[in-house]
Amino acid sequence: MKLSLNRNLVQRLGFGLIGLMTFMTILPIIGVMLYILVQGAPAISWEFLTGFPSDGMRQGGILPAIVGTFYLTVGTAVFSVPLGVAAAIYLSEYAAENMLTRLIRLAIINLAGIPSVVYGLFGLGLFVLFLKFGTSILAASLTLSIMTLPVIISTAEEALRAVPQSFRTVSISLGATRWQTIRRIILREALPGIITGVILGLERAAGETAPILFTGAAFFLPRLPGSPFDATMALPYHLFVISTQIPEMPFKIEYGTALVLIVFVLGMNIVATVVRSRARAKRQW
Amino acid sequence: MDKIVVENLSLKYADGTESLRNVSIAIRENAITVMFGPAGGGKSSLLRCMNRLNDLAEIHTQQGRILLDGENILDPQTDVINLRRKVGMVFARPVVLPLSIRGNLIYGLEVMGEKRKSKLDEAVERSLKQAALWDEVKERLDEPAIALSGGQQQRLCLARSLALEPQVILLDEPTSGLDPISTGKVEASLQELKKNYTIVLVPHSVQQAARTADFAAFFLQGELVEFGEGKTIFTTPKEKRTEDYVRGRFG
Repeated sequence: MKLSLNRNLVQRLGFGLIGLMTFMTILPIIGVMLYILVQGAPAISWEFLTGFPSDGMRQGGILPAIVGTFYLTVGTAVFSVPLGVAAAIYLSEYAAENMLTRLIRLAIINLAGIPSVVYGLFGLGLFVLFLKFGTSILAASLTLSIMTLPVIISTAEEALRAVPQSFRTVSISLGATRWQTIRRIILREALPGIITGVILGLERAAGETAPILFTGAAFFLPRLPGSPFDATMALPYHLFVISTQIPEMPFKIEYGTALVLIVFVLGMNIVATVVRSRARAKRQW
Repeated sequence: MDKIVVENLSLKYADGTESLRNVSIAIRENAITVMFGPAGGGKSSLLRCMNRLNDLAEIHTQQGRILLDGENILDPQTDVINLRRKVGMVFARPVVLPLSIRGNLIYGLEVMGEKRKSKLDEAVERSLKQAALWDEVKERLDEPAIALSGGQQQRLCLARSLALEPQVILLDEPTSGLDPISTGKVEASLQELKKNYTIVLVPHSVQQAARTADFAAFFLQGELVEFGEGKTIFTTPKEKRTEDYVRGRFG
């Protein structure tokens, strides 16, 4: 009797400890969010969201940075989504398991581990200087695309592989070609997983500073960018600028900017979560 | 008349398993030919060779010929898409595609490029009637196929093959997951279907083999032990090994 009591006690203690640790991992996230919300909320106003910076960025709004981050995210999607999904389809549906594909997978994994500032330098060398795109939305989007590709490829490949093999066999046995099978069945079923991966990849791109530092980000622009060859302001870089480069910067504008960036990224995250859970509920396998 | 003639077929998979050893068999038109025997005998492999579905597997060596109406379908030049239209397949586990009931039925026709609604509707109704499923699903053709019961799903799979108007239907243990009533319905459909189609069936039991076979082939470890008329094989087989298996002494 005494022994079993002890065992129960140990079990409760163990669970309690593990639960506490789990709670501690989310504590910093909640802390950061709350702090930024409390500090930044007073800055949020219609003018702040739709106005241009003024008085050496100490006043006014952050519209050009919001628009810029939007452009960069869309630009990144334009390049990385078709490329990444195509690569995932090739790896999951066509490529044989051999030296070459193992090498490709290894390269993708390593690509994901490269520090983002290295991407920035690479983008500067290749897109800005060598291809003469200049410091521009185009060059920055391409740089961000390369950084985003590994995330998109690996999540999309995983989503494709999760579609049951039997669907492929049945489709082929009904006289469909491989490509018809992919287009009509496999892609459709993997789409929610692919979309989730795409959004998570783009979300990371939207929040990065280093890759756009030398390739497309502008300190200050008096008007919105008009073409892909223009430089642009962007939220993460703007945040960096106003918190380190400008003396006597009002606190609340810094935190207001951080809040907008977080809402932007978090919003994408929520969309990804909703897409995934909706698709799970609808899934027929 | 012989619809399919298999000549000296040997098959070895890349992982080293020897699946078929010098198998020769002739499949009669408008009859049910049953291929039975213990697991690993090569029945499913032979079935999958007959519509080149085995192309999806990793094969080490394959020798011999399979003639469909006199043409060797193992020839690399064969149009496999066209072949699979002529030789349909139903699998052990009913696999409905993640589409509506109707979507499943017209899938094969659609990938062939058939767009005319009248043709597609006609195929849906005809194939469902042939598989004895029409009355159960005619009111809900646009519902997801996965909502059907297991027995209905398997008959849907049969109907899906029939929608393509094949000449041969290959069935790989089509009733292994079904209750006796559903099994009875499938078997009854097959008896009806053999009037117009050539049927090759891998049964899920010796009893089913005996019930359905016009012709029967006994496979053991990649070898065709005995082949003949169903009633002969199940009553007075020539080979001792066949007799032992049919009498339930092993397997």
